[in-house]
Amino acid sequence: MIQPEAKLILDISDLHVSVEGQNILKGVNLQIRAGEVHAIMGRNGSGKSTLAKALAGHPAYSVTSGRVDYLGKNLFDFDPEERARLGLFLGFQYPVEIPGVSNIEFLRVATNSCRKENGKDELDVFEFEDLVNDRLKIVQMDPSFLERSVNEGFSGGEKKRNEILQMALLDPVLSILDETDSGLDIDALRVVSSGVNQLSSQTNATVLITHYQRLLDEITPDFVHVMASGRILRTGGRELALELEQSGYEWVDKELQGGGDN
Amino acid sequence: MLRGDFLKSLPEPRGILRSVQIRGRDYLERFGLPSGKSEPWRITDLERLKTLLSRPFFLSRDENESNLIRSMAVPPSDGVRLVLSPSLQSIDDQKLPKEFRQITGADLERLLSSNIPNSASDKDWAIGLNQATAGTVLALRVKGCNPPPLELVAEAQLDRFSPSRVVLVLDSNTQLDLLEVILGKGCSAQSHFLEIHLAEGASLNHGLIALGGGEAGLLANVIVHQKRDSSYSLSMIQEGWSLGRIEPDICQGDGHAHTTLRGLQVSKGTRQVATHSKISFQGPEGTLDQLHKALVADKSHSIFNGAVEVPQIAQRTNAVQLSRNLLLSNNARVDTKPELEIIADDVRCSHGATVSELQKEELFYMRSRGVDTRQATKLLLQGYFQDILRSLPVEAERWSVLERLLESVGD
Repeated sequence: MIQPEAKLILDISDLHVSVEGQNILKGVNLQIRAGEVHAIMGRNGSGKSTLAKALAGHPAYSVTSGRVDYLGKNLFDFDPEERARLGLFLGFQYPVEIPGVSNIEFLRVATNSCRKENGKDELDVFEFEDLVNDRLKIVQMDPSFLERSVNEGFSGGEKKRNEILQMALLDPVLSILDETDSGLDIDALRVVSSGVNQLSSQTNATVLITHYQRLLDEITPDFVHVMASGRILRTGGRELALELEQSGYEWVDKELQGGGDN
Repeated sequence: MLRGDFLKSLPEPRGILRSVQIRGRDYLERFGLPSGKSEPWRITDLERLKTLLSRPFFLSRDENESNLIRSMAVPPSDGVRLVLSPSLQSIDDQKLPKEFRQITGADLERLLSSNIPNSASDKDWAIGLNQATAGTVLALRVKGCNPPPLELVAEAQLDRFSPSRVVLVLDSNTQLDLLEVILGKGCSAQSHFLEIHLAEGASLNHGLIALGGGEAGLLANVIVHQKRDSSYSLSMIQEGWSLGRIEPDICQGDGHAHTTLRGLQVSKGTRQVATHSKISFQGPEGTLDQLHKALVADKSHSIFNGAVEVPQIAQRTNAVQLSRNLLLSNNARVDTKPELEIIADDVRCSHGATVSELQKEELFYMRSRGVDTRQATKLLLQGYFQDILRSLPVEAERWSVLERLLESVGD
């Protein structure tokens, strides 16, 4: 929900990011306030995932210029784990499989790291079990996945449920969900979307990176941004996503060729 | 050449091992040190081997279990702990559970007379060294349907060379959990030789935990003879040795047997640890499931040689061998070599080897959930170790191996 006076969570100004010496983001500007849901759309290679990874602090992504304030602080002053503890959550497009590391142990260590940062008591094994069993309901996930290695052998849908389970446990301020809908069948998409909706509140914000309108039927965005060539080319409301669904991205090429700016 | 001083420093051959000692010393005298040109020792740090042999020979000790052993792990509550010592005298049979009996007399002599190294080869050099030096042997026969777990602990003496030798015979259909713990410290040097005979239908779950420290060195040999329908599972943990070498040599004499080998080496600093395993199928329808892992940090060096022999007679053998290595530093070194010699044509034998670093994407994923690099690394290593540790006999839990390994890597 848009509330112009709501707390500014993320303020991105003229962000430039490169990967292996190649400039990918070329001046991104974006403001996100509490209570808002943003969707970022765009073709493959337009820079959507780079933006997500750079914000989360992936070491392969170098910020070459620009500034990002998160909750009033310079985001780049913090390591990835510190950003997570401050409430920044990245839902991975391809959640990583970690053989040998028990999912529930990982979830407990992660949850306690964030709780500790926020002055809350760390949870012991039993307390954590109670919490995780409660949160499992949000994503309708089978408890047997807790006993397995992190994401190992999980189907695409199970991996995405596990991502939203982590989001539910870490209780983030800003969630950036990178193509959470990819690889999901329609039922799984509804479950995952319902989970995101349940976790959405007036004090947090969500960024959905997606290719498809389908997800936005389930989670209603307040803003839709179209990225191209490392910039946000156009920003609109939900109707922009519907327009894209109908007319595709050809207008993007024209705007880029015509030197159009956002 | 082997230092004459070393052989001269050994006590006079005596007791039941007298003839074995004489033959072992003859072998060492004739052969000298292993050659860097021969395959089994090609990449071994032979200077360190010489150093091990420069340690004064250990003659006597307090028969009581040392405080160190007790402080590391309390004795098993429902099992039996025996402490191996170069001056081990015979154990009172009355103190052993009823399923255990000491082997003596002609039976023992017959068992001891095998495994004399070929005088023209240094393949079994470490066995020759043990035979030349070991003055006592613990020889046990186990039978019965439910013997209590057996724990053998060999604690090397500070700055000394200590040999230990064990013979274990499992009668038909006997099942046993055996946990061996070898502890090194300071500049200790340990030569350990265990020989196992598994009768038909016998089953042994064998854990071998070798924890060194300081500049300690270890040469350990395990020879296993498996009869039909027997099952042998060995889980080896090797950590903390300046020069560590474990050589399991398993023979399925009649085929139709199962062997499981699990190995974990952890090395750092400039240490060198080696595992030379050999399994020989001398009959049809035997199986092998082997997984070897090594975590190699700093400038340390891990060696794995996995020999598998499948002669014509061993049809329908099913053998799987995998070597998975994790390098924590650019200066660390891994030499891993499967050696499959397959003559039989109707077999399934596979092998594979991987060398990798800690996965950056795994680390980032964990960091993005608020887990710092140190904790994330610990979780990843814990997962890596657990794969092997979970196959140790349950009694091993008292030794807190996981905690010790994590501490050793985290130092």
